[in-house]
Amino acid sequence: MAGIEVTALHKRYPDGTVAVEHVDLSIQDGELFVMLGPSGCGKTTTLRAIAGLERQTTGDIHIGDTLVNDLPPADRDIAMVFQFYALYPHLNTRDNLAFPLRAEGLPKPEVQERVEEAARLMRLGELLDRRPHRLSGGEQQRVALARALVRRPRAFLMDEPLTNLDAELRADMRTEIKHLQGELGTTMVYVTHDQVEAMSLGHRIAILNKGRVEQIGTPLEVYDRPASLFCAAFIGSPPMNLIEVEVADGKLRSKSGLALTPPPGVPRDRSLVAGVRPEALEVTEPGAEGSVPARVISAEWLGDEIIYVVDHGGPRDVRVRMAPTIRFAADAPVGLRHTGGPPPVYDVSTEELVA
Amino acid sequence: MAVSVDKTVSTGPARGRTSPARRTSGRGRSVLEIALLTVLAVVMLFPVLWMIETAFKENRDVYAIPAKFFNFTVTLDHFKDVFVDSTGRSSLSTAFLNSVVVAGVSTVLATVLGVPAAWAYSRFAVKAKKDQLFFILSTRFMPPVVVVIPIFLMYRQLGLIDNKLGLILIYTAFNVPFTIWMMKGFVDEVPAEYEDAAMLDGYTRLQAFWKFTLPLLLPGIAATAVFALIFSWNEFVFAIFLTSSDSVRTAPPAIAGLIGGTTVDWGLVAAASVVFALPVLVFAYLVRKHLVAGVTLGAVRR
Repeated sequence: MAGIEVTALHKRYPDGTVAVEHVDLSIQDGELFVMLGPSGCGKTTTLRAIAGLERQTTGDIHIGDTLVNDLPPADRDIAMVFQFYALYPHLNTRDNLAFPLRAEGLPKPEVQERVEEAARLMRLGELLDRRPHRLSGGEQQRVALARALVRRPRAFLMDEPLTNLDAELRADMRTEIKHLQGELGTTMVYVTHDQVEAMSLGHRIAILNKGRVEQIGTPLEVYDRPASLFCAAFIGSPPMNLIEVEVADGKLRSKSGLALTPPPGVPRDRSLVAGVRPEALEVTEPGAEGSVPARVISAEWLGDEIIYVVDHGGPRDVRVRMAPTIRFAADAPVGLRHTGGPPPVYDVSTEELVA
Repeated sequence: MAVSVDKTVSTGPARGRTSPARRTSGRGRSVLEIALLTVLAVVMLFPVLWMIETAFKENRDVYAIPAKFFNFTVTLDHFKDVFVDSTGRSSLSTAFLNSVVVAGVSTVLATVLGVPAAWAYSRFAVKAKKDQLFFILSTRFMPPVVVVIPIFLMYRQLGLIDNKLGLILIYTAFNVPFTIWMMKGFVDEVPAEYEDAAMLDGYTRLQAFWKFTLPLLLPGIAATAVFALIFSWNEFVFAIFLTSSDSVRTAPPAIAGLIGGTTVDWGLVAAASVVFALPVLVFAYLVRKHLVAGVTLGAVRR
């Protein structure tokens, strides 16, 4: 087991496309580290560079104490799970699992023992003699995970491994992966574009955008204080409400008059945007204390909660998360007020967190 | 896994398919279809049948008027003449051997050069990849015959006129672009993850290609090679321009050469044509599964 250090990684393809602009990561030993970002943000390229499947243009990668820049993938002692599973189609499950061990040249009894162990861990019992095309998507993914396990690598690299599964199975596998990683204590780097996956799995999350790291932090840090407007818009469903505010008489005020508690150290000389989570707002009866007049535009009834889209006279409608018992009709005149603590505040021009 | 799309697409007017009116019109149509197809088959296949018949007829039956369709004496003399003549081995049999060598070697060369190239174009970020691929394809835009004179002049300088190597090179040159384009499609269909996984499992990139991607490409390679082989086997124009001696000529110009004397031995021409047509038919028949798999490979979901 080992930590992974990525220093000043830059990847530029021969055709001139820059996939990774500049990435620094310090992944601790035994950590489940998630790289999150939209497609084309460089997360997969970074992962492939760690795996050795792509050679970075500049920058260093250490796995443990070893500088692996020039090591071929096989010598990096890592295992990878792919989005399309990449099980060898001409081999049955047992041989798929045994394959990397045989490639290493392990003696037969040990190969068998390790295959049995991985199969037990991933509950593959009756699937061992089937070929990949006779396995369902979920089963294929379990085999792919088991194939990564048998190697007992220093680190696991996961490239969107759950994307091809249906929603229910995805949730199950998520739990399974998290549990497995906890049990084995092996470093895992997990790439996804799904923020729910990132939030529920990661010890820490790195949010990438346009080949750069926008923020690294624990799921709660990333959720509570997104480091940039991009992160604010990317994490959370529905995402943060970005409300243009000014500092006036000790409060942050939106154009519509909505008052927010200011965080300490808000600069006064810039145009600011406050990031307000939907659950930090409240739809009230019109005229309730501290509320501004507003109008319900639509309501999404999700069962355990209601998402109200509310027009409060600002340039953008806001989304408010409410308990399912509190009901307002569409188009009803209502009040809107802020209930949470001080929101993170961003500079409009730099798009970065200022307070 | 492989649920076909048409299953999920609504088949709204399915009732119409079973209605009596539809069925009658369907049957009427199918009678007409069969009639038309029969006519088409007769028109298309008659020359082939006539060639085969002529190959088995004695000379007096070949020239018989009215033509004999059924009551002729079957003889294998013409086939014997294809392979041996008074001096021993006939020049036609040499031509067939030349054809085998030229078509075989050029197909192997085109495959050996084209498949790795297609793999590289599919897998790697190459500078100006699209332009390169377009350039490769553009060599096939014009009919080959257009360049026969310049090629002839170049070959004369290089001493490649009347030389099997010359034919092999030109056929390879025509088949490589075709192989690259066709194979690139097949390689694109094989997920690159297989190679990635194999590389993580301890293989080099080339070993990964050799051990995992190549076996999955075999149907595609078979299909592509058959097309390349058929092109080289049938090619006539370059063969007749670039070769002259009996020892170098391939079968198409050799067979054509049988026609043109004061008398034409049609039985020999027909027998030679049958012998010429057979290998490609047999070969295509043997790899027909791969051909179908190759042609429909794109339909398989990743």
